[in-house]
Amino acid sequence: MTATATAPARKTPAADAGRPLLEIRSLEKRFSLCGDFLEQLKFKGGRLVREQEYVHAINGVDLDIRRGEALCVVGESGCGKSTVARTVMGLLHPSGGEIRYDGTRIDDLSTKALMPYRRRMQMIFQNPYASLNPRMTIQQTLEEPIRLHHPDWSRQQVCDKVAEVMHAVGIAPDWGKRYGHEFSGGQRQRIAIARALAVDPEFIVADEPISALDVSIQAQVLNLLMDAQRERHLTYLFITHDLAVVEHFGTRVAVMYLGRVCEVAPTATLFATPRHPYTRALLSAIPRLEDDRPQHIRLKGEVPTPVNLPSGCVFHARCPHANARCREEVPALIATDGGARVACHAIEEGRLD
Amino acid sequence: MSTPNPAIESAPATGRWERFRDSYLLYSFKRDLVAQASLLIFVVLVAAAVLAPWLAPMNPYDLAQIDILASELPPFWIDGSESAYPMGTDAQGRDLLSTILYGARVSLIIGFGAVALQATLGVVCGLLAGYLGGRIDAFLMRLADIQLSFSTLMVAIVVGALVKAIFGGATFSTYAVPLLVLIIGLAEWPQYARTVRASVLAEKSKEYVDAARTMGLSSRRIMFRHILPNTLSPIFVISTVQVANAIISEAALSFLGLGMPETHPSLGSLIKSGFDYLQSGSWWITLIPGAVLVLLVLVINLLGDWLRDVLNPRLYKG
Amino acid sequence: MSLLEVNNLDVRFALRRGEVKALRDVCFTLDRGERLGIVGESGAGKSVAAFSLLNLIAKPGYIAGGSVRFDGQELTGMSDRALRRIRGHRISMIFQDPMMTLNPVLTIGEQMVECLKAHRRIARREARAIALRKLEQVQIPSPEARLDQYPHELSGGMRQRVIIAIALLLDPDIIIADEPTTALDVTIQAEIMALLLELCEKHNVGLILITHDLGVVSQVTQRMLVMYAGRVIEQGPTREIINDPQHPYTQGLMNALPQMATPGERLNQIPGSMPSLDNLPSGCAFHPRCGFAQRADGSERPACCTQVPGFVTSGNCQVACHMVAEMIERERIPAEETTR
Repeated sequence: MTATATAPARKTPAADAGRPLLEIRSLEKRFSLCGDFLEQLKFKGGRLVREQEYVHAINGVDLDIRRGEALCVVGESGCGKSTVARTVMGLLHPSGGEIRYDGTRIDDLSTKALMPYRRRMQMIFQNPYASLNPRMTIQQTLEEPIRLHHPDWSRQQVCDKVAEVMHAVGIAPDWGKRYGHEFSGGQRQRIAIARALAVDPEFIVADEPISALDVSIQAQVLNLLMDAQRERHLTYLFITHDLAVVEHFGTRVAVMYLGRVCEVAPTATLFATPRHPYTRALLSAIPRLEDDRPQHIRLKGEVPTPVNLPSGCVFHARCPHANARCREEVPALIATDGGARVACHAIEEGRLD
Repeated sequence: MSTPNPAIESAPATGRWERFRDSYLLYSFKRDLVAQASLLIFVVLVAAAVLAPWLAPMNPYDLAQIDILASELPPFWIDGSESAYPMGTDAQGRDLLSTILYGARVSLIIGFGAVALQATLGVVCGLLAGYLGGRIDAFLMRLADIQLSFSTLMVAIVVGALVKAIFGGATFSTYAVPLLVLIIGLAEWPQYARTVRASVLAEKSKEYVDAARTMGLSSRRIMFRHILPNTLSPIFVISTVQVANAIISEAALSFLGLGMPETHPSLGSLIKSGFDYLQSGSWWITLIPGAVLVLLVLVINLLGDWLRDVLNPRLYKG
Repeated sequence: MSLLEVNNLDVRFALRRGEVKALRDVCFTLDRGERLGIVGESGAGKSVAAFSLLNLIAKPGYIAGGSVRFDGQELTGMSDRALRRIRGHRISMIFQDPMMTLNPVLTIGEQMVECLKAHRRIARREARAIALRKLEQVQIPSPEARLDQYPHELSGGMRQRVIIAIALLLDPDIIIADEPTTALDVTIQAEIMALLLELCEKHNVGLILITHDLGVVSQVTQRMLVMYAGRVIEQGPTREIINDPQHPYTQGLMNALPQMATPGERLNQIPGSMPSLDNLPSGCAFHPRCGFAQRADGSERPACCTQVPGFVTSGNCQVACHMVAEMIERERIPAEETTR
């Protein structure tokens, strides 16, 4: 960590506009349900066998995040959207596939080799009540990442930087002496954003950053994130379940279901012409303010457990358009004319438009 | 069923003192008579023990001050007592009050020393096991299980007897205090390790730890700077219980003759030394130090109970 | 006379820092079969309002004043015994977390039968038959099998359906639903809300729906209350408030929704945050965040920061705001002058 890290080595967007900032390739993550080796041993048919069960949180996700965009990942609980975020940030090790940042593979780097990327990628968490260390003052919280990534900075430089980010997120300088629990949810989320911005990142993963906040505070935090994006040329990976926020905030949207991406499209396209049957059902379920009670598309049954994945398309059991092929063959993401990419046999075959 | 509390934000206090003054700790202390009385007695006992060389009428370690002719004198409220020895004397003619003060000092040193050792070992093991998980966790926790399956006294007796047999009684007497600290400290670390591990597991899943990890902080810094300060409450609570336990363990060992020698008595060895004279009517040699021991352990436990109620996050979120 | 009449309800929490007024001067009514939404942000007092109807406020909270009349009976001073006959029987509740109502160690059937037997003299078999019928009503697949399942064997959406079935068990007059779908996914939420709406309409059950989601309120309810810092600030027909909110806070809340802004543009945020209840500003509690109370030159409108606004009627709505009162006054005076 020397001069290379202190000078923000941000290339001009035009120079490598072609290559996405982050590439996720056939990413998989499964969690073992059984504990240690002894718990995996089971008697079956008179023989001792080792049996392992897994939760398949993500099963082959491909995503590109382009420079300067806000890619929103939406889906219902258990679809693996948070796992994608945590795997990208290195909080979880992928079980398969790879993640490339700016052309370099980062999922297998050592802790030390990852350090420069840690500065360039930052994360904002869902629960502002848990994401600040209750025993640290705001000043300490904000200074910590700066001192870590810029060990050669003087005390004055660190303080200046802290003051700068505090000003940027709209928190008063005298908050520094206080502790996180003295603030409301919205104020804490501002502090968390300030912590992420303190090391001048270029890429921010935001995992449901406004879900825990009240409506009027959500707007404040969303505005703050958009201002930061404009002023600091940030790229976002934004995880949420709130489709109204996606429509407002996202450049592109990826819809996930049971650990797979079923549709990726520019936001306007997705909301105007949702293609995948699941996307259609999801959009129709948003409670609208308008007078007319729109008929939402009712799906059969419930989301299957990610322990025993359905064969073929993960959505086939609930899909009104499923046929034999859907039950057997996993659909790949195919490009459609509207700029969207959809993983659906029915659309590929023209059974569904 | 609980009703939702309206969101109540405290008016922020600035200084450390204001923070303490507004704290729930002080508030509940002010309203709890038992805790106040316990703390008062505890402070008096500790102060008396610490200041023993200045408070005690005589020095029980100084053989020159001991008058063997004044042995087994009763305390002041019984006929035949002497005003120089308000609590009476023991079989060797030592002033019982002075001996108790010095003995309480030894008991407290061993108690706190052993707990400091337990806590250091236990906290480090608990942090490592909880944070790193996997094999390290399995290994440390099995080690703790094994340690717990031997009773403290059994380990202490075996080690004490071995040391006595190998190095002789004289060496044992010289190094009795550090040896007892070591024995009791080593025997009880799993209590800390388990408590700390449990709270580390709870803290580890909170997002501030994830935030520290995505920042790129080293595991050591995350463990000691971020997680440890947040597990202090349970550590404080078990520490009180453990100090009381360690004092009891020491007394038991001394009573068995494997603790402090009679020339350098703790409360436990005082009780033992008087035990032989219980039948002959000199009950005070055993019962007065016994009462002091009970009082000391009781107030520590009461304080611990109060602290647990105050710091219990399920009863009060703060 | 309405089925439920709440007048000047005052709820306080006796904390060590002093009394906190969690609810002040709350008035509303609910007719038979009517659906009412209570909207507000966390800490606005909407849940406290619902809990205090059945006197379910836990210590240190207590009802300091006002009245709750249900079907001609006064509930506030009622004995616990008498209240229990109303709770669950004539007024039932649905909570955000189904596990708050469901006992994890009893099967669904046992819980429903027990609930029926507690309120009615009824044979076990008969109770089971009623339970089964209610599970059918909430459209649970294979209801017979569900009766013998434990709560943890059901998914979140199914549990909430069971809760609705339990709430309907004794054919109540009113269901109070406290954020019933907040913990659920959008698609499940849509289904549960549709179900709740359908059942209320079919059985003519009144519904008090507490939520922070304006979309849900607009879809389900006929009238709504907007709460801020322990007070009702606006109430009226849901459509009118959604289409044309009068109170600056309601306006701000609506405008802050992402749906209300052009994608990619800044949202219209309300500055600041809701004051804590133990440190309320003087006058109108919203005035420090209100665009009307803060004049362009930086000064504050004196009425807003000294005087608690009373309700004025605007259309079919009641609004507690000095600005709205002033506007109505201004419209009225010229009208009177012309009639002279």
